[in-house]
Amino acid sequence: MPEAIRQSPSEVAHRIFIYGVLLLFAVYFLVPFFVMFITSIKTMDEIRTGTLIALPRQPTLEPWLKAWGYATIGVTNEGIQGFFWNSIRMVIPAVLISTFIGALNGYVLSKWRFKGSDTFFAMLLLGCFIPFQVILLPMARTLGFLGLSESMWGLVLVHTVYGLAFTTLFFRNYYVAVPSELVNAARIDGAGFFRIFWRIMLPISIPIFMVTIIWQTTQIWNDFLFGVCFSTGETQPITVALNNLVNTSSAVKEYNVDMAAAIIAALPTLFVYFVAGKYFVRGLTAGAVKG
Amino acid sequence: MLEAALPKVVIAPSFAIMIIFIYGFILWTLYISTTKSTFLPTYDFVGLVQYAKLWRIERWWVACRNLLVYGGLFIFFCTILGLLLAIFLDQKIRIEGALRTIYLYPLALSFVVTGTAWKWILNPGLGIERLVREMGWSAFTFDWLVTSEMSIYCVVIAAVWQSTGFVMAMFLAGLRSIDDSIIKAAQVDGAGLRRIYWKIIIPSLRPVFFSTFIILTHIAIKSFDLVVVLTRGGPGYSSDLPATFMYAYAFTRGRLAMGAASAMLMFAMVMAIIVPYLYSELRRKRYA
Repeated sequence: MPEAIRQSPSEVAHRIFIYGVLLLFAVYFLVPFFVMFITSIKTMDEIRTGTLIALPRQPTLEPWLKAWGYATIGVTNEGIQGFFWNSIRMVIPAVLISTFIGALNGYVLSKWRFKGSDTFFAMLLLGCFIPFQVILLPMARTLGFLGLSESMWGLVLVHTVYGLAFTTLFFRNYYVAVPSELVNAARIDGAGFFRIFWRIMLPISIPIFMVTIIWQTTQIWNDFLFGVCFSTGETQPITVALNNLVNTSSAVKEYNVDMAAAIIAALPTLFVYFVAGKYFVRGLTAGAVKG
Repeated sequence: MLEAALPKVVIAPSFAIMIIFIYGFILWTLYISTTKSTFLPTYDFVGLVQYAKLWRIERWWVACRNLLVYGGLFIFFCTILGLLLAIFLDQKIRIEGALRTIYLYPLALSFVVTGTAWKWILNPGLGIERLVREMGWSAFTFDWLVTSEMSIYCVVIAAVWQSTGFVMAMFLAGLRSIDDSIIKAAQVDGAGLRRIYWKIIIPSLRPVFFSTFIILTHIAIKSFDLVVVLTRGGPGYSSDLPATFMYAYAFTRGRLAMGAASAMLMFAMVMAIIVPYLYSELRRKRYA
């Protein structure tokens, strides 16, 4: 931020140094993805004879087709596609439900505070931080008791429940900044709880809905812990399937198929990031600076 | 009258969920940790036997030592690199937007994807080792991934790669909120750029250092996916962390009580850093 005096030779060297370091780091961040991508379009022969960063001589889409459609994962030979749809089916309801409840909670905790509501908020905040290991065992029992331990709905329930703390936090912090006069004026005019929510709060909530939905989508899509603990076989989400693919000790390791599968697993969240990066970053720093 | 109760009615389900699924479950886990449960939970109280046993297990010590090594290096490198990138990016860089996008994209990836990529890059045989050998150093070996003493450092490499961008974003936001006039005044007084950074700007980022430290510590304690994918805790259990230890005991080895005890210790570690942090944050907000 400080403006330095320009043009002197040492200043030019200084600028070159700064740009050099920044570009070097850009390369450092890009190389792993680049390596993944070129590996995913090489044949196994080329992988065995070439190096990590050698460009493919005969690019092939075969690893992608195999990863998607007929690679062996667990006991099936149908590739990663089924698990991809599992994750989609899990993410959509979990994100929508947790976001919607979070919006209502945030509205109450900022504009309709009552005795004890601040305590509730503080207790919920703590829920953002607990290491989930501490709830895994009771949750496994509970899902079994509810008959949900083998179904996608079990994971939807888990992600909704443990997403609530974050969604509530996001909306509460956003609504706190909305002037209370707006709500009070509407109240004097006779508008009720839900009417104020629909007519006043929701129309100004689009940015925070974006932030929350993107945050939740990324979190839930990328989750591995809940997936590996609470699902088996055909109901597993894509992250668990990817790990199974990568860590099976089969005779021939097909790195190109592994890489293609990893990129497929990354595509939805990368897409969200490149389309709505602004909201993604806002969620990151909002999730970080809490309270 | 119903209208007056509405806010409480709306909160009630979330309150119930929180009490059951967070606090109730924590108590449940605590209780399990004081029993002799193996494959199935049993409910006869035996006191703190499991905790005493836990500290006699070599594997738990390895997991805790790894957490110290991994957590320490992870926090150190993320902070240094993140701060450096933020300061450099803050020098009126023309392509700042593009660079920021590149630095932050790993955060959109799952640790499973990151782990898969680094597992391939670090694998001895076809990975970096082959690359350097082909470049002429034919005796070069790089087999950390399969060496007991070194495998945890592979986890550090991948984790730093994934999280540095986040720290950069935090520091950049901090830098952008510093009052310009202090810096201008220092410049008028003839202070050089480096001096201004050391004496004024970096010290004023103290709250950001603090939050970053808390969040990175918290990420480190919870780290699980990356280890599972990258090393599976191996070779042997040499790269285990408390989270993978807990999973192994509770879910694959059928030692529920032991798993619960290790989970409670993880919980205690997180609370030891989070509670003071939240307390100070909430207090600051109130008296601001």
